[in-house]
Amino acid sequence: MSVSEPTKAAGTGGGDAPATPRRRSAWDDRKEAITNSPATPVYAALLGVFIIAWIVVTIDGGTFLTVSNIVNMLQRSVALGIVSAGQTVAILAGSLDLSVAFLISLSSLVTAEVMDGSDANIVPAVLAVLALGVVVGLGNGLIITKLRVNAFIATLGTALILQGLIQNRYDGPAGSIGEGFEQLGYTRFGIIPASVFLLVAVVALVYFLLRWTRFGFRLYAVGGDEEVSRLSGVRTHRVIIAAHVVCSVCAAITGLFLASRLGAGTPTVGTDGGYDLESIAAVVLGGTALAGGRGGVLGTIGGVFILAVLDNTFNQLEVNAFLKDVVRGVIIIAAVAVYARRSERRA
Amino acid sequence: MSATTPDAFETPVTSRSERVRKALVGTAPIFIVLFILLALIAIENPNFLEPPGFLAFLKRAAPLAILAAGQYFVIVSGEFDLSVGSIVTVVVVVAARLIDDDPSKTWPIIALLLAIGATVGVTNGLITTRLKVPSFITTLGMLLILSGAVFWWTGGAPRGALPDNFREIGRLGIQDFPVLEQLPWSVVILLVIGIGAILLMRASFGRRLMAVGDNESAARLSGVKVENMRTIAFVLSGLSAAVAGILLGGFAGVSAQVGQGLEFQAITAVVLGGVVLGGGRGTVLAAMAGALTLEALFTLLNLYGVSGALEDTVQGIIIIAAVAFASYRLRGAR
Repeated sequence: MSVSEPTKAAGTGGGDAPATPRRRSAWDDRKEAITNSPATPVYAALLGVFIIAWIVVTIDGGTFLTVSNIVNMLQRSVALGIVSAGQTVAILAGSLDLSVAFLISLSSLVTAEVMDGSDANIVPAVLAVLALGVVVGLGNGLIITKLRVNAFIATLGTALILQGLIQNRYDGPAGSIGEGFEQLGYTRFGIIPASVFLLVAVVALVYFLLRWTRFGFRLYAVGGDEEVSRLSGVRTHRVIIAAHVVCSVCAAITGLFLASRLGAGTPTVGTDGGYDLESIAAVVLGGTALAGGRGGVLGTIGGVFILAVLDNTFNQLEVNAFLKDVVRGVIIIAAVAVYARRSERRA
Repeated sequence: MSATTPDAFETPVTSRSERVRKALVGTAPIFIVLFILLALIAIENPNFLEPPGFLAFLKRAAPLAILAAGQYFVIVSGEFDLSVGSIVTVVVVVAARLIDDDPSKTWPIIALLLAIGATVGVTNGLITTRLKVPSFITTLGMLLILSGAVFWWTGGAPRGALPDNFREIGRLGIQDFPVLEQLPWSVVILLVIGIGAILLMRASFGRRLMAVGDNESAARLSGVKVENMRTIAFVLSGLSAAVAGILLGGFAGVSAQVGQGLEFQAITAVVLGGVVLGGGRGTVLAAMAGALTLEALFTLLNLYGVSGALEDTVQGIIIIAAVAFASYRLRGAR
């Protein structure tokens, strides 16, 4: 009887379609992969939200379906997209990370302090921030696995620790960014901002990790049922620690990017963006099961885009900021209710 | 099986002394920690040993302890309630705007506030159990909805004011009480809720709720209405948040930040009390002791003059250490 871990009943609904007697063509496989993928309803929802937003904004007299507006939405998705890609990995492992918001703030401060306005320091700054991400991720992972502290409490504790460290040293923006590094936030290749490539690179890397590496397979196994994976010979602790390192490194990269956008390190940039709960919301909107073991990073990006389209629409309609929160809350609950219904039907 | 709690699926313990021993083993650590912290506070500040000093501490801790009791029901049934902080904010802001310094409206509005808490709880419970949305998301969404809605209604900042007869509940108490000089209302309310919660957990309701959190399908197969039990747990949590809001409105006054972060503090308090996230383990008394411990920790850090910022860091380290220690013990006990 497992005492320390809650049972995870929801983690096994994924790719266990019954074998069909008929000879299967490659097309069948692909069709099945698409209908069974947890990302499919997310993109269907994204398309729906997109079309409704287009109609509503156009009726209101705004412009929605223009290249510049879409690029704008993409650019606004970069920060949340990167941190949510990392959060996806943590959640797939059956864990979660509430410390990302403070890690983002701290990373932006470290970036700007180490860089100190000079492009010559870009490499040390980036290395320092990535090292920070690795350290925090290792810390989270070790606390969760070796000390057996529930992930919720462990990362909440880490968040408090980071918050204290930040507030103890900084009470306003600090450091500055080299001009060359600011290009990351503002250059465009043609019409596409450089930062979008950063997002694509991070997502591609996480996708590769999840789909093509042993780590990825083990991650899904551990998230689905940790005890069974352990009995099957997976070193579950290593997988969970690695998942947290990936998650924290993604948050650190978000901090780098936000520092380049703002030109300085800011102690509140992570919490102002609400990246902790927002990234979890994006992951879950993206069809990843909160209990772990099912979902993927493509769905998460779909979730991030849904939030971006909503945000853009509300801004164009000049909806009251508080009403915006109400609508977002309703949409997050409603979307997850729909996914729950869908996976229940299939099971 | 750990020796922390009696539950429906354990062979009943026959002798009374064995039962007492089990209860003590399960909840003792948090009381030891609490006692040590209180002793340290008393060394720094001898006034703390006098009834008024200690009652002032209890008065300050009462809202968090009440929130922890409510959160306990939800956690022990295997769920989370992240919406309690926003319920506190809603309660304070709605009370200030609707009462608007008119003492005659206080009691009807308090009834309304409790109804709001219960309604939010029912909604959380129904969405979680009927629509199968994980409670983390349900209550996170509810947090967004409530805090958004209340400030949309008031236009961004709290408006109105609370009359004295509302604020007395959180600030004053029964005057000229023997020995204690003054018995704060919030301490009375805390005691009533604490005793009520303990009795509830000892009754058939408590056994069934514990069973739901321990093993949902086993509870369902033994005829427990799992959905209803969880929904009731959310209602109790919503109600306790409303009560905590009423006390905080009196104690701390009207502000937009009154409830901020309280959900995490409440969950931390419950977990500090040795209640296992995921459900089925722990006692409500230990959860409330966890809240007192957390509050004692804040008080102590203040007395030691740890700078406001580093206080968070120390708190984070202690929370992780406490939970690590608890889970170490749990493994040892198996």
